[in-house]
Amino acid sequence: MSKAAAVREPFIRITKRDKMPIWKKIIIYVVAIILALAVSALFIFFVTKLNPIDVYKTMWQGAFGGITDTVKKLHRSVTIRDICTLLLLGVALAPAFKMKFWNCGAEGQMLMGGVATAFMMINLADAGLPNWLLLVIMCVSAVIFGAVWGLIPAIFKAVWNTNETLFTLMMNYVAIQITSFCVAKWENPYGSNSVGIINQATQVGWFPTWFGQKYVLNIIIAIIATVAMFIYLKKTKQGYEIAVVGESKNTAKYAGISVKKVIIRTMIISGAVCGLAGFVGVAGVDHTISTSTAGGRGFTAIIVAWLAKFNTFFMVAITLLIIFLNRGASEIASKFALNEYASNIITGIILFFILGCEFFITYKMNFRKSAKEA
Amino acid sequence: MDSVISLIQAAVVFGTVIMFGCIGEIMSEKAGNLNLGVPGIMYIGAIASLASVFMYESHVAEPNKAVCVIIALVSCFAASALAGLIYSFLTITLRANQNVTGLTLTIFGSGIANFFGGSLNKMAGGVGQISVANTSEAFRARIPGLSSLGAFGKIFFSYGFMVYVAIILAILVNYFLKRTRKGLNLRAVGENPATADAAGVNVTKYKYFATVIGAGISGLGGVYYVMDYIKGTWANDGTIEKLGWLAVALVIFATWKSVNAIWGAYLFGILYWAYFYIPNLTRASQELFKMIPYVVTIIVLLFVSLRKKKENQAPAHLGLSYFREER
Repeated sequence: MSKAAAVREPFIRITKRDKMPIWKKIIIYVVAIILALAVSALFIFFVTKLNPIDVYKTMWQGAFGGITDTVKKLHRSVTIRDICTLLLLGVALAPAFKMKFWNCGAEGQMLMGGVATAFMMINLADAGLPNWLLLVIMCVSAVIFGAVWGLIPAIFKAVWNTNETLFTLMMNYVAIQITSFCVAKWENPYGSNSVGIINQATQVGWFPTWFGQKYVLNIIIAIIATVAMFIYLKKTKQGYEIAVVGESKNTAKYAGISVKKVIIRTMIISGAVCGLAGFVGVAGVDHTISTSTAGGRGFTAIIVAWLAKFNTFFMVAITLLIIFLNRGASEIASKFALNEYASNIITGIILFFILGCEFFITYKMNFRKSAKEA
Repeated sequence: MDSVISLIQAAVVFGTVIMFGCIGEIMSEKAGNLNLGVPGIMYIGAIASLASVFMYESHVAEPNKAVCVIIALVSCFAASALAGLIYSFLTITLRANQNVTGLTLTIFGSGIANFFGGSLNKMAGGVGQISVANTSEAFRARIPGLSSLGAFGKIFFSYGFMVYVAIILAILVNYFLKRTRKGLNLRAVGENPATADAAGVNVTKYKYFATVIGAGISGLGGVYYVMDYIKGTWANDGTIEKLGWLAVALVIFATWKSVNAIWGAYLFGILYWAYFYIPNLTRASQELFKMIPYVVTIIVLLFVSLRKKKENQAPAHLGLSYFREER
């Protein structure tokens, strides 16, 4: 009996697909998201007894709308602001991931950038520099700090093949403690255990308000980084080298690419852009530094970078989805008196479905021909 | 002397939480699955046990302590294993990326736990008002007589039973992986699934069992945390997540051997609490002290990769999914 069963063709045989047209991919993603929303709706209904449609409507309003125009504007600008920061982190991870270097340390790299920014902001507040010069100094120091934080695990990976996933994860916590240390050093007022808003009165080192909008510079930086990284990865020799190293290290070696050099160079770039995100987060959004300056976005960015398949333009769409969920969920939380962790649940469910649906893009299922035909 | 004893006690209690997480993760990593969902799994285990015991204690007039403990452990193990099953289905059957799936599981788990934890707090009438006194007492019960044997008793016997369960489990898992046929197969799956497959080992089955049971064990860290460490309450402060990542770090520190996790966990505990017992530290330098467990882990990681000793390495196929038809 068992022998006969073993010889028989299995019910489902899985083979790799060559390529799938883009419209088919989009359909699969859309179906996955709809299924995920349906599952989340069931969850919402059974746990809270609220009408899921109402809940989703509220989420939409939380992210993009509002009853009055001022609220609408506020919601939208906050949404855009959050997208910019997360997008920057996703863009930062793209080259590392394309190289199959699992940089799980965006959180720490961003925090180090933030610490450097805050340090300059506090210490150069009375130096009387023009604001643009101060911003440049802050930006450069943030980029350097982020790059160094990315460089350390890269060197060990390149030379001794140290596991980078675990190394970068640990570097996050070292960075968090360094941040706590700095917060304790710089606390203001004394005993509050927080740095408070830096330069609140003078707004020295803050992003300028242009056209009545606070976040114009955030948007500009995010767009430049997204486009530049796209070109870097797709059109330059270095970007090509990253792709080759990611596909196969041996191929890269035979082709005369120095794998070590590529790993180190790419991680400097990745860390630097994370540091830039820290600069944007501190100088352009929070105007303070705390351990929650990165707030788990370093981890969310890993998901963004992976789902977008390292294409920085797809990242925009995925970031939009995730930020929409987060913003929406905090709106539900306040309106229906739930707590805002509901957003983590819904985000989790949607990501599970998106991760799962990629199977159907990469692989094809061949069902056993029915008994009649056989 | 007293402060040394209390440091050791704090370290053991702390170490036990991460030891459970670590043992489970070792199971899973030995089969080649790098499950970064450990914090999420510990969260889910913690809230499942707390919620079910809370329901039991508030509906029964005189809750039986043994039943309380059984309910807590079973619901925790089941919920955590279920979380492990989600991870396994996505990474093993659907071959999704393990890092990303694990991180998603952590987001999801922290969402579930803090969402229901918040509601439980509200139902109970405020933070710190959840009363699962019976269960928590049962978890913290000491062996009568032994704990009053002076310093010796304080160091070795002043803990709830889960501390000893963790040690026994570490030894059992080590025995299983090292000395049994099934353990050998499991390690083969983590080192080289294609070879294991050719030798007739059912790779998928081993990966599933290792990850699901591993998740169940990791979850026990969550139940120990809520019932003993914070004495049967809930706070949305993200401590479990921190401890979960330390459990992942401990796996590296223990070089994938669960017996090393025993002393490693206590050492982490001592390093974690050391700042509390060193006099005259400013708050800023306390923060630097808290960095030590992570720095030590990095050093161990470097040391392991520098020495290239075969038995100390991570499983060769860690983090990769297996597809028979690929090459």
